This record gives sequence, structure tokens and C-alpha cells, in this order.
Amino acid sequence: MIEIKNISKWYGAFQVLDNCSSSVSKGEVVVVCGPSGSGKSTLIKCVNGLEPVNQGNITVDGQEVTAKNTNLTKLRSRIGMVFQHFELYPHMSVLENLCLAQEKVLKRSREEAVSRAEALIERVGLSEHIGKFPSQLSGGQQQRVAIARSLAMDPIAMLFDEPTSALDPEMINEVLDVMVELAKEGMTMMVVTHEMGFAKKVADRVVFMDEGRIVEDRPTDDFFGNPESERARDFLSKILNH
Amino acid sequence: MNYNWNWGILFEEQYFNWLLSGLGWTVSVALSAWVMAFTLGSLVGVGRTVPNRLVRTLCTAYVELFRNIPLLVQMFIWYFAVPELVPDDMGRWMKRDMPNPEFVTAVIALGFYTASRVAEQVRAGIETVPAGLNAAAKSQGLSLGQTYRYILLPISFRLIVPPMTSEFLTIFKNSSLALTIGLLELTAQSQQIAEYTFQGFEAFTAATVIYVCIALLATILMQLLERHTRIPGYVGKEA
Repeated sequence: MIEIKNISKWYGAFQVLDNCSSSVSKGEVVVVCGPSGSGKSTLIKCVNGLEPVNQGNITVDGQEVTAKNTNLTKLRSRIGMVFQHFELYPHMSVLENLCLAQEKVLKRSREEAVSRAEALIERVGLSEHIGKFPSQLSGGQQQRVAIARSLAMDPIAMLFDEPTSALDPEMINEVLDVMVELAKEGMTMMVVTHEMGFAKKVADRVVFMDEGRIVEDRPTDDFFGNPESERARDFLSKILNH
Repeated sequence: MNYNWNWGILFEEQYFNWLLSGLGWTVSVALSAWVMAFTLGSLVGVGRTVPNRLVRTLCTAYVELFRNIPLLVQMFIWYFAVPELVPDDMGRWMKRDMPNPEFVTAVIALGFYTASRVAEQVRAGIETVPAGLNAAAKSQGLSLGQTYRYILLPISFRLIVPPMTSEFLTIFKNSSLALTIGLLELTAQSQQIAEYTFQGFEAFTAATVIYVCIALLATILMQLLERHTRIPGYVGKEA
């Protein structure tokens, strides 16, 4: 589904991604982790072309993201993305947040968009908030709305960029629960996160990054049970030991 | 000071009508120029934020050109120089046959000048919208045009209501410069009353009071607009 081949990227003289390769098959859940500044967020943003790459190529569902003649707008509409800071449209109600791209990009009728939105908002447990504005919701609620907004586009894969990093601790689980459920339904997911509990529970593979390189890319049990690299062992001991 | 006060002069039919007519021209120039400045300024302001470098450069050049030349000089250029620079036929038409030449010139000069200032407010407003929202819109497959239409502009225009209020008030005050090219707007009419009656204090007090009333009215209208378009819990204080 997602093929990342030998991509490198520089910000000026600073190399953020160094020859990274990985892949996500259909229905697979891949967690990307690593210390901050290791390039995980940049990597995931390259997958839907929000960040351009300087070398290498990425294909999603057979279409090359990095090719010049690709209709990137169309391709993006098929890949859901959830951001660290939610990025809900602040001037629109929850309902309108879910309807906008359905109507303007997918050209769904108003009735169809609304009924899809209502079903998804119910699914993330926020039906009574559908008329509210984003700033009237808690962080956890906003992130659930953001996930529902992405799902409204019927994506072929979902990208999560540190979806729980900006949340208060007591709100993290309500978001993770939604994600776990998605994963169990067979959604193809690529998730940048520090939530190792989530990774252990649903990830098929873990990609560990450091200094712009992919240091490990292995099945979840192997990664946690027997990390190969010193860097990964060190990382795990720091975040698992308390 | 030996001054013979006579407030009654303002209500004598002739002078009262002069003031009224002056007010009419002031409001007409200011509102027409505002429509032009708002439309053009919004386009230029958006142009300064788009990815296309050529468009950005052109719009920046526009702003720097019109913002940095004194408005009075611009008014003279439009009135005295432009008719000589355009093709002969058009220049002749502008000088001889164009209806209300002072009014039209004042609107054009004030409109182009204020557009450069409006453009800067619009650009600032767009740049204030968090970059993440742009990324979110992109990631949903919205085109650049759709992102501006549905996300960036609705948010930024709400954010810039207060600075735009200032520009809106300024355009009324700047319209007084039109007297230099012979438009008998409010300031010109009060000057004329002063010359006819030697009651300068009364005449200019009347003009002052009228300008203040216009400004207060405009401020109130803009506050209503601000309250009406406020995003719940997003910016500004709760009403």
C-alpha cells in the first residue's frame, strides 16, 4: 500500500532524512518511534506529499507521490491524516468540519455528507457535540473529531502524526481507544507515537528512527523483546522504565 | 481675542446646504474608494501569500509602490500627470469630457493608495492563520483555491476586523485631500464658508464635529460586524 524507497531530505545543509526505506501493506499497522528530532514526523509528512523529498520515491496504492505528474490533490484526498495539534477548522462547527471536504472534494451531496458525518461522530462518541465549535471541546474530543473528519473521506490509509502528544494524560486513552478500534477493523495505519502500549497492542511492525535514519524496522514482538541496536535499547529503557 | 461668535451662520440655508453637499461628497468619495480599496487590496494581499513567486513579487511591488508615495503626491499625479501620459485621445477625454473629473480622480487615487494598506492587513491576517490548518486542508485534498476560499480567508478576515476599522476611518479623513484637486468635499466647503463669512472657528468646528460623527458611526458598525462574525472561543473577548 505504502512503499518508501531510499528517500533523503535536506533542510538547507541539515539532513533530516537519510536514505530511508520502509513499507506498509494493506491492513497493516506500523508504528514509527524514536527520539525527538529523529525525522519521524518529516517521514510521515512525505508520505502524502506535505513535505517534498530530495531523493528517492514514495508510492501509495501504486501512485508515485514524488512524481511530478501525479495529481497530488486527488491522492491526498484518499489518505487520511491526523495531526498533533488536531488542526480542526476553528470557524466551523464539528458537523461542518466533517462535511467540508466531503462536499468540496468528493462532491457528495449535502444529505450524504451529513449522514456520513453523523454516523462517524456517533462512532467516536461525540453525537451531543456535533453543533459545537472546536474550541468548545476538550483536546481529546477535538482529536476524535479530527479522526472522524479523516474517516469521512473513506481513506485507503491513515497517517497519524503524534496524535496524543498534545493531550492531557487523562485524555490520551479516549483517542487511543478509537485508534485501536480502527486498527482492529483492518485500517492501514502509519502512526508516529511515543505510546509504546499502543504499539505493543496493535502494531504489526515498529520502525525505529534516529538522526534521520531508520535504525530498526521489525515485527513488534521482536522489537520490544530483543532490540538489535544499542540506540533502540537505550530509547526503550528510557521510556519504559517508569 | 476679539472674535465675534456667530454659530447661527451654520444654519443659514446657503451655508447649511454647502456643509450638506460637502458631507455628501466626502461620504461618496470615501465609500467608493473603500469598495475599490477593499476589493483590490484583498486580491493583492492574497497574492502576496500564494506559492507562485511571480504573483508574489508583483503584489509586493504594488504594495511598496503605492504605500511609499505620499497620498497628496499620488493625487496630483493622477490628476495632473496621468492625462498627459496616456494616449492623446484618452488624455483629451479625461481632461475635457470625463464626468466629475475631481471625484473620479479622488476615488482612484484614494482607492489605489488604500488598497496597498488593506493588502498588508489581509496578508498579515492570512499569515496569522496557523500553518497546520493549511496542512490539514491540503491533506484532505482541498485545492489551493478551496483552501483560501473555505479556510484561510474566512478566518483571516475575521481576525483583521479591528485593523480594517482603522483603515476604514482613515479613508474618510484622507478624503479631505481631494480638496487640493478641487473637489468640494466637507473640508473644502468649510473653508469656503470661512472665506465667505469670516466665521472660521464655526465653520471648521462644524467640519470637525461631522468627521467625528462619521468616525463614531463607522466604529459602531464595525464593532457590530466583529461581534456578529466572532468565532466562539477562538479570538477576541466574549460578548
